[in-house]
Amino acid sequence: MQTPMHPAHPIACPRWSYALKSRSLRILALLATAGLLAGCNMTVMFPSGDVAVQQRNLVVASVALMLLVVLPVIALTFIFAWRYRASNTDAPYDPEFHHSTQLEVVIWTVPLLIIIALGAMTWIGTHTLDPYRPLTRIGPNKPVPPDVKPLTVEVVALDWKWLFIYPDYGIASVNEMAAPVDVPISFKITSSSVWNTFFVPAMAGMIYAMPAMETKLHAVMNEEGNFTGQSAHYSGSGFSRMNFGFRSLSQQGFDEWIAKARSAGASLDRDVFLKLEKPSEEEPVRYFASVENGLYEAILGLCVAPGQMCVSEMHHIDRMGGTAEGSEENRKRLDYDNRRLERGDEPSGATFPASGRPPQGSVQPQGMMPRDQNMSRGGVNAPETQPDQGQGNALPGADRGPAPAQLNSQPTDGHKH
Amino acid sequence: MFSNVDLQQLIFGRLSLEAIPYHEPILLVTFAVVALGGIALLGAITWYGKWGYLWHDWFTSVDHKKIGIMYVVLAIVMLLRGFADAVMMITQKALSVGASEGYLPPHHYDQVFSAHGMIMIFFMAMPFVTGIMNYIMPLQIGARDVAFPFLNNFSFWMTAGGAVLTMMSLFVGEFSRATWLGFAPLSGAAYSPGVGVDYYIWGLQIAGVGTTLSGINLIATIVKMRAPGMTMMKLPVFCWTTLASNAIIVTIFPVLTATLALLALDRYVGTHFFTNDFGGNSMMYMNLIWIWGHPEVYVLILPAFGIFSEVTSTFCSKRLFGYTSMVYATMVIALVSWLVWLHHFFTMGAGPTVNAFFGIASMIISIPTGAKVFNWLFTMYRGKIRFETPFIWVVGFIPTFVIGGLTGVLLAVPPADFVVHNSLFLVAHFHNVIIGGVVFGLLAGVQYWFPKAFGYKLDPFWGKASFWCWLVGFWTVFGPLYVLGLMGVTRRTQHFDDPSVQPFLTVAAIGVFIIAAGILAFLIQLLVSYLRRDSLRDLTGDPWDGRTLEWATSSPPPPYNFAFTPVVHDLDAWWDMKRRGFDHPMEGFKPIHMPKNTGAGVVLAGLSTVLGFALVWYIWWLAALSFVALLAAAIIHTFNYNRDYYIPAEDVVRLESQRMAQLAGRA
Repeated sequence: MQTPMHPAHPIACPRWSYALKSRSLRILALLATAGLLAGCNMTVMFPSGDVAVQQRNLVVASVALMLLVVLPVIALTFIFAWRYRASNTDAPYDPEFHHSTQLEVVIWTVPLLIIIALGAMTWIGTHTLDPYRPLTRIGPNKPVPPDVKPLTVEVVALDWKWLFIYPDYGIASVNEMAAPVDVPISFKITSSSVWNTFFVPAMAGMIYAMPAMETKLHAVMNEEGNFTGQSAHYSGSGFSRMNFGFRSLSQQGFDEWIAKARSAGASLDRDVFLKLEKPSEEEPVRYFASVENGLYEAILGLCVAPGQMCVSEMHHIDRMGGTAEGSEENRKRLDYDNRRLERGDEPSGATFPASGRPPQGSVQPQGMMPRDQNMSRGGVNAPETQPDQGQGNALPGADRGPAPAQLNSQPTDGHKH
Repeated sequence: MFSNVDLQQLIFGRLSLEAIPYHEPILLVTFAVVALGGIALLGAITWYGKWGYLWHDWFTSVDHKKIGIMYVVLAIVMLLRGFADAVMMITQKALSVGASEGYLPPHHYDQVFSAHGMIMIFFMAMPFVTGIMNYIMPLQIGARDVAFPFLNNFSFWMTAGGAVLTMMSLFVGEFSRATWLGFAPLSGAAYSPGVGVDYYIWGLQIAGVGTTLSGINLIATIVKMRAPGMTMMKLPVFCWTTLASNAIIVTIFPVLTATLALLALDRYVGTHFFTNDFGGNSMMYMNLIWIWGHPEVYVLILPAFGIFSEVTSTFCSKRLFGYTSMVYATMVIALVSWLVWLHHFFTMGAGPTVNAFFGIASMIISIPTGAKVFNWLFTMYRGKIRFETPFIWVVGFIPTFVIGGLTGVLLAVPPADFVVHNSLFLVAHFHNVIIGGVVFGLLAGVQYWFPKAFGYKLDPFWGKASFWCWLVGFWTVFGPLYVLGLMGVTRRTQHFDDPSVQPFLTVAAIGVFIIAAGILAFLIQLLVSYLRRDSLRDLTGDPWDGRTLEWATSSPPPPYNFAFTPVVHDLDAWWDMKRRGFDHPMEGFKPIHMPKNTGAGVVLAGLSTVLGFALVWYIWWLAALSFVALLAAAIIHTFNYNRDYYIPAEDVVRLESQRMAQLAGRA
């Protein structure tokens, strides 16, 4: 397995000082984290990119603000419970004390004031940290230098790996991306089959990667190093291993990385993409020296395969009032989700009987790296024999590939009982 | 076996012997245990000749008290299933780090977490809450039963039918791997072919009918059947929260039903509501499912708030502080709960104004919730607190719940949510409010009202042992999960590459066994209390010096609840009656008009379950047959005019004299 995918956290205990000006806040945050014993490993609390730092600051400030009311409530619970215990005859007992306008005003006002403060922070924070908003700064008091052009990266979540296309450089990579430090990055994000989340905890918050839709994220890395990126939205069997390496490099290192990709030689055209798009797991890092023109737009339009109609064209036809002409052919050209069933690839969330695997069995889904099931690697449920043997009554194809006979999701495939 | 495959498909649809997971040791053992337990239970029932008793006195009963108990029993059984899933998830996580694979392959693990979420919400928390509302609310408002007693029985059996179908997926076929909410497009036919999502859809659709109808029933009961003098502002807080909770149910469950119906159309007839192609919109699914999903958590938590209010007031021997603001807080929460669903997907890329609106709306909910917490605190203030088992849950609940509230408000800040969304931090947060709020509340409610339902108190030692295990276990599990979330660890992962997460997961795995001890202690408590029932017996019907009307009648209450409908003059009606020297009337009894038991609910729900099973497996002839039978049974039931009877006045006199003798014997 390639090394950069799962780096140890290379950043020494990060510096709070530049981010948290208020001393009391700093002490509070330190206390909280020290108590949690997690130290430097808490990427979300000690990130390396300015956006994530601001998001972290908002986390800390909100918690501090809420603790103003939460801590007294917890203390009062124990104080009242102890003081007014039935056996304490010193404490006053007033069974008719059930209303007090002053107290009522206080108990509604205190949470209200905190929420007003927090609401203001939320309104401002949500607008300044809107992932769609191009960055205006790359750090506290460090506006984006006028001569720096943001790096554009087109991200495609595949089952179960990540494809990064660098339109400015004409290269692409799988399961590893790189960016120069202190340069704003403009991400365009989509997916090829189901939903995922593009998330580099050290850099910035997450955003969904959705098929036929594009989301945007603007972020920057302020420290060099190897970081981990991941999907945070469950997407099927290979989801747990859908990680990628994020290499934050100096400008020189980044240029070398680009050069390395260019020297890889391989070219990412539609055919290669269609092969890459099939479900697979733990794909090694790969580079493509060139990318076919318009590939990203085709992925976004669900029309990489030859003959497919792009979503934008469908929208155009619809806007023009639709057309009866060629609608049957158009229908075939728009059919996208069924491609795996038609090709015989096992879909991401397939279950029995369509998957052909015995229910809950330990036979790996198609597309997953066959895992070593013997004890030496820790697998404990390895069946001694291959299941399904000697079952004379299996449905045709039930043990190999999907069972198309039962899938009425294929309208062309005549229905049967 | 079958030479003609088409014939086999015609008869069995896509069901084959392959669907039975006899290759899987885990499932085989589970099945063996369930089967042996089931056979033992059925055998015992047969041996003791209890079938008639079960059928006539329980299954066909329209008595809200018996239906309430059946709901709670269902919830406890499903708690064990859902909890077994939880144990499997966390131990798999703790073991599957680095080179180790753990013991659950991804496609099994994915079913486990999908089933855990779905079962815990729909078949544990919902029946538990509905059961307690069913039992207590009519007693608190001085009613003889709910507004539609047959509907109540039918609702219960539909919920049970959904649970049966879901459980069936364990041994016949597979369960969904598309999460507990069936996120599209993963849950669509193209990405999840097979039976998993179909089990999910039909299990929920069948149970959803029950939930919606029971919501209508309980609302009608509160609105129409309160005792004379009980104005809305004299309604006990638990009834207010029941009203709010059911009002939310009847508004949101149709949304769920419609959403799942659209998903079913996508899967069964090839429509494109939520697909990627042909203009389908998976974002719409996300919106629709959370328009149901967010208010749903208030459906669960509001009755728990009601339970805590009753328990606090009773054990502080004091009227609830700020009743009016409690009522308004409840209704504000119910209202605003409808306006916050989008906070479940701030990361979908809506604009900052939309995100900020939903973020701030979510925070606003914390204002009335905060007011409620203060009201409980000031109920304790100048009270005379008895630390009986129900009350210690309150002391555990408040600190736990406010921390869950804190992390919840944090998640409502969109930019903060971006870094912890879908992480174990989020998982820790919602368990913090669901366990720390809902489950603690329900368990407090069981401790509190058990003597009302069965006539004897629960053993305090095992009750307290259960409480401490739950509290300590909860924090041992979810404390580390909060930390892991801040380390950027995502939920629903079956494997971790980074070895530094293992210590935290190991602690969490230890915690889950502490919770297991808590559940075990609770079950032991039920057994021990049953064995010691004579020494724990309460003959007064009012073991805790209660304040509301359910304590005015005997324990367990007679079928008609109250021989005379009480007249209410004060908020804490029974407290007020006791203070004014209430005397039980001993004459002037009249025959009492009561609804008659019927087996129609069992039949209709049974047919629905068969229909669901047939649809899951594409056994079309059976689906058609059971659907026609369902319609026929419903129509036949409408011709059943033998629906009511009178309890003769002599019987009432006899029962009431017995109770007087008991009360006198005590004095």
